[in-house]
Amino acid sequence: MAPVIKLRGIRTQFGNHVVHDDLNLEVNAGEILGVVGGSGTGKSVLLRTIAGLNRPVSGSVEVLGTDVLTADEDARIKLQQRWGVMFQDGALFSALTVRENVEVPMRAIAGLPADLRRDLAELKIAMAGLPPAACDNYPAELSGGMRKRAGLARALALDPEIVFLDEPTAGLDPIGAADFDQLIKNLSDALGLTVFLVTHDLDTLHAVCDRIAVLAEKRVLTTGTMAEMLRVDHPWVREYFHGPRARAALDAQERIGD
Amino acid sequence: MTGLAIDVTRTGALALRGPATISDAASVSTALAGLPLSEPLSVDLSELTRLDTGAAYALVEAERRAEAAGGRLEFVGASEAVDTLLTRVRAAAPRAVDTKPHRLTLLDRCENLGRSVADAGSFLVDCLGLFGLFLARLWRVVLHPKEFRFTALVHHIEEVGLKAVPIVALMAFLIGVVLAFQGAAQLRQFGAEVFVVDLIAISILRELGILLTAIIVAGRTASAFTAAIGSMKMREEIDAMRTLAIDPGQALIVPRILALLITLPILGLVADIAGLLGGAIMSWVELGVSPGMFRTRLFEGTDVRHVWVGLVKAPFFAIIIGVVGCRAGLNVGRDAESLGRMTSSAVVAAIFAVIVADAIFSIFFAQIGV
Repeated sequence: MAPVIKLRGIRTQFGNHVVHDDLNLEVNAGEILGVVGGSGTGKSVLLRTIAGLNRPVSGSVEVLGTDVLTADEDARIKLQQRWGVMFQDGALFSALTVRENVEVPMRAIAGLPADLRRDLAELKIAMAGLPPAACDNYPAELSGGMRKRAGLARALALDPEIVFLDEPTAGLDPIGAADFDQLIKNLSDALGLTVFLVTHDLDTLHAVCDRIAVLAEKRVLTTGTMAEMLRVDHPWVREYFHGPRARAALDAQERIGD
Repeated sequence: MTGLAIDVTRTGALALRGPATISDAASVSTALAGLPLSEPLSVDLSELTRLDTGAAYALVEAERRAEAAGGRLEFVGASEAVDTLLTRVRAAAPRAVDTKPHRLTLLDRCENLGRSVADAGSFLVDCLGLFGLFLARLWRVVLHPKEFRFTALVHHIEEVGLKAVPIVALMAFLIGVVLAFQGAAQLRQFGAEVFVVDLIAISILRELGILLTAIIVAGRTASAFTAAIGSMKMREEIDAMRTLAIDPGQALIVPRILALLITLPILGLVADIAGLLGGAIMSWVELGVSPGMFRTRLFEGTDVRHVWVGLVKAPFFAIIIGVVGCRAGLNVGRDAESLGRMTSSAVVAAIFAVIVADAIFSIFFAQIGV
């Protein structure tokens, strides 16, 4: 399948601190790619770089055939309607209700009547697994897990081709996290989404990711499926995928598989 | 990229061709609404190149409406992906509820008015509570001086006092200039130019110097207090302090209000001096009252008690500004909107309260004859 995201020779630095150096990565259409790496390896920075929120010092970022770094205003706006970003804590607009938050990106669509927009927002909220009663709540009234779901609903408002998820299951209880994993998988199947997710959650990696990219030594160390990761001979990767938590997650996954 | 085409192939049959996205949802809805829903209908989806949830919702909605009208809407030729999407949307589609837009009745308006009056009252009570807290914590500082955050006090004195000197001095200087200019025009008619000194001195020393300083400080500092404390409240920093056995009253409120108490009289004095200077320069330029004459007239004609009458108000204004600013900060909720709302209302409330207090002082001084 053709890659929808292409990163070439990315170098990101803040002052003298180099975060990425000659980083290359491709994400294929329709796949769920999980990005893992130790704290401070620049996973979220990578997500922000692809989404155009952070400008690398050198390298090129191509998303859906558009060069993010050199695209003009119009091309960028078109591109932004074709992707959705869910930030770690939802990043919902605190002055708007959940429904209004989801309606925000829809307002850019010309000729969409207000009542249809309202229904569509409620549809997205329901698809993200929130009860209808949550539509009229303000973000401050929601729990962390519900805020994440609302953030996902907003990211999916325009049926994007790509969604970026920053730590979708961080801070959720195991049941909520498993639900969220399932939700991502289902939505990705139903909507044909390409998902780029940054995570620490080994269960998420097992449950939903088609491919995993490991960020270490300022670049993408290796990419591959879970099975391939288990065979990679690199101290950090081995530690990560063979540590006690990884083992527990893998065992659990096998039991479910049986 | 060409858009969606909706064709009527025969009676009761419709075909969608091309990509159907959220932008087409409205036209799909209208096209389907135009058909007689009570009869069986078929919609051909075999030539759809893309279907998103927006357009899918329009289809599902029509299907539901047809069912309600006793008819049937059938989707034919849907690919597997389209079918999956339709199933998902069907499962998640909101039940249509007729929500009438709520209109404000007279009763609602009365209620809103009552609520805002009650809110204002409870804010006043809150402010009194905060003042009490300030006094209690100040007393604690007297008993345990080692717990006092001296660095914080110095920091706030710099922020509240030192950095406000230029603007306060400039403002007072210009007020002096304006008074001299306006007074000159009137007094010249009576040949009483020299009384411009009394006019400037008494109005600036008694009223304008300290009042305008307090208003500027209320604008600068009450908003800064509210924003700083409010954003700490928003990010649960104040709760974190409580769990770390740090008293927010002692750590945040005492240094701030104390800094205002110390600096506002000084700023008032700076304003008095700058105002007199502006007045003297303008009198010289406009009326030919030389600086020496201004000085003599000032010392002879104006009693020093006017300075005290002005400056004695400063600590009261300082308490008002500090208490209102800090209290509004603590009232900030967890959303960014309330931070902005509380910041602006803190400034308005502080300025209003300062002016009310000044009016009360005027009556008081008039009654005791100072």
